[in-house]
Amino acid sequence: MQKLSEMMRARAAELLAQGAVGRVLGWRSGGLGYDPSPAFFHSAEQLPELVYNGFCAANLSKYLIKAGENDGRTLVFLKPCDTYGLNQLLSEHRIDRDKTYLLGVGCGGMLDMEKARGKGIKGVGSLEEAGGAVVFQTLYGEKSCPRSDLLLEKCIACKGGEHMAYDELLGAEETAANTGFDRFAGVNELEDMPAGERFDFWRGQLSKCIRCNACRNVCPACSCNQCVFDNARSGVSAKANADSFEENLFHIIRAYHVAGRCTDCGECSRVCPQGIPLHLLNRKLIKDINAFYGPYQAGADPDSLPPLTDYTKEDVEPGVVTTRGGATGC
Amino acid sequence: MPIEREWEPLIVAFCCNWCSYAGADLAGTSRLNYPANVKIIRVPCSCRVNPLFILRAFQRGADGVIMAGCHPGDCHYTSGNYYARRRMTLLFSMLDYMGIESGRTRVEWISAAEGGKFAAVMNEFAGAIHELGENRRLGDIRCKNYQK
Repeated sequence: MQKLSEMMRARAAELLAQGAVGRVLGWRSGGLGYDPSPAFFHSAEQLPELVYNGFCAANLSKYLIKAGENDGRTLVFLKPCDTYGLNQLLSEHRIDRDKTYLLGVGCGGMLDMEKARGKGIKGVGSLEEAGGAVVFQTLYGEKSCPRSDLLLEKCIACKGGEHMAYDELLGAEETAANTGFDRFAGVNELEDMPAGERFDFWRGQLSKCIRCNACRNVCPACSCNQCVFDNARSGVSAKANADSFEENLFHIIRAYHVAGRCTDCGECSRVCPQGIPLHLLNRKLIKDINAFYGPYQAGADPDSLPPLTDYTKEDVEPGVVTTRGGATGC
Repeated sequence: MPIEREWEPLIVAFCCNWCSYAGADLAGTSRLNYPANVKIIRVPCSCRVNPLFILRAFQRGADGVIMAGCHPGDCHYTSGNYYARRRMTLLFSMLDYMGIESGRTRVEWISAAEGGKFAAVMNEFAGAIHELGENRRLGDIRCKNYQK
């Protein structure tokens, strides 16, 4: 990773010097090692701040919408799974491909600081990744933890390390392979519960929502200039604890509006400050789409037609929800 | 003294202008009975029904929501009901996943010539909702108080 960061800085500096790109979109280190955040770099002098480590989970593709308002090309670093979001934005004409320079970077799986905290690693000042472990320098001394124990939910269900779009690749050999994890396991478990228990489960989860809109704002598929939830006349008060109905409404509609376009990048669950497993809503829709309309991976092919803008005469009837019974019945 | 009344369900039916609304009209002119609990909302096409409409109906006190459109292949706009079918399948499945009783939502295809089917479907649906009881899981307490 350390070596890869250096390669990324060197290549970015080169392209900036050549004038091939006007700005660089990457991650800037925060103060604590585990909090790098997306940032633009405009000159070679700023580049030493560019970092790439196991905590650079943020998908940068959505920032290209804003970057596209400027002249010249934007160099962007994309991990393999980020390229799905990029393809989705390209197919929705939100990004001009000619104004981007895609530098695909390898990824060994991104890490979740909450999992480290759960293991009692607190007061972290700095950290280093060495081999298959992460070494934290904390207020209470040095602590080490295997990487595999800290993987983010979205990386446990990794789609595999292939970049769906790129102009150039760097360090692709560092990429982890698909683990074969069944991403629908959590959805199946919920479907097998009686309806009453499912209701209680979701009430317990969604009542934690503080309506910070982080899940919406981070989502590469949610890029409307004016969102339905920002409409004051919609009757949605956009406040925490307004009412249990509004919590349900917000989360059903948020997931539904990205149905067929959600690449299952898992950013919504990652950024949720309340730890709501939002990926379970998205994956339910993906599972249904796969079952009813054939396997579909949003973002794999920018020229494909999303399932909800398409139909066949033989599609299942909505009654299938009540009649299919079995594992999914009440 | 207030009169104690038995609980009656409220049912919202989204009917497309070209088939199902005309079907309801035919049911009326043919003097067929269907429950007065069914409130019809006319939409230009079944694909006009935004998933928010369905949720909003539940919020405002509906105990069941039914969407009726032209038979697949007969849409006035050629393909609107095909898109609506996909949307409603996913929405209903999502509501079921959230633990909302799946019997509260339904889609039926009713043509302008099927007044009898319209009345039969509405009678049957109203009966099913009566069995399910009041919508508590997807209701909004503020709207319920407002109604009283």
